[in-house]
Amino acid sequence: MYQYDQYDQAMVDARVAEFRDQCRRRLEGHLTEDQFKPLRLMNGLYLQLHAYMLRVAVPYGTLNSRQMHMLADIADKYDRGYGHFTTRQNIQYNWIKLEDAADILADLSKVEMHAIQTSGNCIRNISSDHFSGAAADEVIDPRPYAELMRQWSSFHPEFSYLPRKFKFCVIASEKDRAAMRLHDIGIRILKNEKGEVGARFHVGGGMGRTPMISPVIRDFVPVDQLITYAEACLRVYNRYGRRDNKYKARIKILVHELGKEEYTRQVEEEFQHLLDQGVEPPYAELERIKAYFADPAFEEGLSDDLDLSDPDFALWVKTNTNPHKQAGYVSAVISLKPVGGIPGDATAEQMHLIADLAKDYSFDELRVMHTQNIGLPHVKKADLYAIWQKLDAAGLGTANLDQIGDMIACPGLDYCSLANARSIPVAQKISQRFDKNGKSAALGELKLKISGCINACGHHHAGHIGILGVDRKGKENYQLSFGGSEGEDTSLAKITGPGFDEDGVVDAVDKATDVYLRERQDGERFLDTYRRIGMAPFKEALYD
Amino acid sequence: MTETAPENHVQFRFRDDAQVSDPAVTVDAFLGQTNAAAVRIEPGDDARQLLPHLDRIALVEVNFPAFTDGRGYSAARLLREEGYQGELRAVGDVLIDQLSHMKRCGFDAFAPDAPLNEEDAQAAFNRWPEVYQSAADDRQPIWALRHKG
Amino acid sequence: MKILTGNDLKSGAVVWWTGKGWSIHVDDAVDAGEEWETVLASEEAERRVNVPYAVEAEQRADGSIRPAHIKERIRALGPTVRADLTLKPNDPDAIAEVV
Repeated sequence: MYQYDQYDQAMVDARVAEFRDQCRRRLEGHLTEDQFKPLRLMNGLYLQLHAYMLRVAVPYGTLNSRQMHMLADIADKYDRGYGHFTTRQNIQYNWIKLEDAADILADLSKVEMHAIQTSGNCIRNISSDHFSGAAADEVIDPRPYAELMRQWSSFHPEFSYLPRKFKFCVIASEKDRAAMRLHDIGIRILKNEKGEVGARFHVGGGMGRTPMISPVIRDFVPVDQLITYAEACLRVYNRYGRRDNKYKARIKILVHELGKEEYTRQVEEEFQHLLDQGVEPPYAELERIKAYFADPAFEEGLSDDLDLSDPDFALWVKTNTNPHKQAGYVSAVISLKPVGGIPGDATAEQMHLIADLAKDYSFDELRVMHTQNIGLPHVKKADLYAIWQKLDAAGLGTANLDQIGDMIACPGLDYCSLANARSIPVAQKISQRFDKNGKSAALGELKLKISGCINACGHHHAGHIGILGVDRKGKENYQLSFGGSEGEDTSLAKITGPGFDEDGVVDAVDKATDVYLRERQDGERFLDTYRRIGMAPFKEALYD
Repeated sequence: MTETAPENHVQFRFRDDAQVSDPAVTVDAFLGQTNAAAVRIEPGDDARQLLPHLDRIALVEVNFPAFTDGRGYSAARLLREEGYQGELRAVGDVLIDQLSHMKRCGFDAFAPDAPLNEEDAQAAFNRWPEVYQSAADDRQPIWALRHKG
Repeated sequence: MKILTGNDLKSGAVVWWTGKGWSIHVDDAVDAGEEWETVLASEEAERRVNVPYAVEAEQRADGSIRPAHIKERIRALGPTVRADLTLKPNDPDAIAEVV
C-alpha cells in the first residue's frame, strides 16, 4: 500500500500545525464559530449531539495494522473505547473534545493518517472498491488512481469552498461494490479495445434528499489526462453550482438543471483550455504510486481445497469470503454487525485484534468497507479456520454478509445533530427479529439500509429494503421503501406508503420478506422478485 | 445602485508596481464603457467576459461577500491562466485562513473588510512547505519535485 | 418553560443554563424567562458555550425537567443505545423516559 515520502509527511504535519493554530484562535476569540466551523469541518470535526465528533480518513478504505492499532489507541486515549466505521470507508469518534483535536491529528500523522477533508464543502476522502487489488474480477487495481486524486484534491486552492461537499469514487471492475454511481463523480477505470487504460466519468449522482444516478459524461478519458478532466468537471461546478440554496447545491442538481449535454459541453471546453495549463502530473508519478500497490508476495501453487467439516465455519466461509485473483487465497470479511449490535461500531480491543489478524494473515493489510465491515483482503485459504476461530471468540465471527442482519445504519438521533429519528434501535430490532425467526439464511442476499434523516447517510435510497426515519409531530416515524440497489444495477427505492412506528416498521419488514418467500422464483433475490412483481403484492401485505 | 465599489484598504500586496487607485467598476459598467482600467467581479459574474480586454485592465477586484463562496477562486485562476498580469485583489470577507489558497489562485493583493492580525496572516501565507497542485502561482507541485531532472 | 442549552466550547459536552452558569444536568436548568435572548448573546460572547439556543421544556411535580423534544431528551441523557455511556449509566428507566 501507499507510503508517505517526505513531501506527504510535510503536508500532513503542516495541516496539524495549521489546525492547532486555528483552534487556538477560536478559543482566544479571534475566530467566531461561523468562521471556525468550515475550518474544523475540513478537518473532520463536527459538533454533534453529545460532543464533538472526529471523522478520520481512510483513503480508499486501505490501512495497515499499525494504523488500525493507532485508531484503537485513539479510541482509548481520547474517546470512550470505541469507534464507528462509516459508509464512506472512514472511522468516526463520538466523544471528542475540541481541546484534544489537534493532539489527535498529531498522533494520526505519526502513522500517515489524517482527517483532512473528511467533511466540509470540499473534495472528500476518495472511496473505492473494498476488494481492490484482490478481487478476481477487477481489470486493474484502482487505488493508484485514487491516490493520485487524493494528492490532487488535498488542499486544492481553487476547490476548497465549493457550493457543497464533493465525493469521488474510483473502481475498476464491472461489478460495483462501492455505490460508484451514487457519488458526485464516479470513475470506472477500464481498458479500451486497444488495451489502453482510461477512466469513464459518471457525474452527478448522489443520495440525500434528491437521489440521482449519475450519467456517463465521457466514456474514456486517457489516464494521462485524468486529473485535468477532473479539474474541468470541478471548475464548471464551482462556477455554476447553486449557492442560494444548500439543498440544491450538489453537482447532481447542476447536471440535472443544465442537462447532461450542456454540462458536458462546458466541461469539454474547460478541459481543452486546461490541457495547456500543465495541471497533469507526469505519467511517471502514476508509475511511482503504482509501485506501492504491487501485489504482495503471494505463495504460488496453493490448493483451493478447504476443510469445511465444522458447519459453523462452513457457513462463515460461504457468506463472508470473496473470490481472490490468486489461487489459494480469498478476501475475508469481518462483520461488524453482531446480532443486536450497533452496525459499524468496534471497540478498541476488537480493533487491536483485527490489526493483529491483518499482520499475521493478510500481508498487513485491512479494508474498511462501505458496508461498515472490515475486510482482510489477502488471506490464505489454509489460514481461514484459525482466523475464524479467533474472530468467533471475540464476537466478530457473525456469518451474515449481505444478509438482512448486515444492514447499513447511520448513527441517527442517538448521536447525530441532523437526525430526525433514531436508526440504531431499528437496526437492532430487525437484527434480533430475523435472528429469532431464523429466516435470514433463507432470504439470502437482502440489503437493508437505514437513515435517520433525509440526508441519507444510511443509503436508504439504495437499499433492497430502505428505511427512512422522519419526525412526525415530534414522534419518530419510519418510511419504508423497496427496490433500491447500489450495485452495477443501481436503482432508487420507492416508498411503500404511509410510515410506521418503530415496532411497526420491524413488523412490516418481516411481512415483506414473507411476500418474497412466497413469490420468489428460482434464484431470485428479494430485489429481483420486487422488480418482477412490483409493489402491489407487498402493499397488500403491509397495509391491509 | 452605484457603479463604483467602495474603496477597501489594501493590507497585503505582493507587487512592486504602484497601487492602482482607480475606482473599480462593475463588470456590466466595464463592458459598457471603454476607458475604465479597474473592474470588480462579483461572485455571480463570469470572468470570461473580461478576456478580450485583459490588456487594458490594471486592477481586477474579486469580491468575497462571504468567505464561504468560492467562485472568486476560479475567476482569479482563470484570469491568470489567460495571461492577465495586472493586480488581482481579493476584497470583502477575506480572512486569515483563506489567504494561502487565494494567493495560489493568483491574487496578489488583499483588502479585507476588517484588518487581519499581521502575525497570523504571515503564518498563513507561509503555511504550506510544498503544494500538491499546479495553480496560478509559480510554485512547483510536489509531483514536479519528485520527478525533477 | 423555555430553557437554554448548548455545547461547552472546549469539551463539546451538553450543558444547560442554571441562571448563574452551565450544568451538564438538565434538572439544574431554570426557566430563562423573558431575558433569554440577552443571556444567549452574552454567553456566546464569553465563548464558554457553542451556539447556545432555547428549547421548550416542562418542570414536573418532583422538580425534574423534561425537554419537549426527543432530540433534547437524548442530548440530556446520552445515546439510548449505549446505556453504559449515559449520564445515568445502565438505568433502563432513564432511557424509557427519553423515548
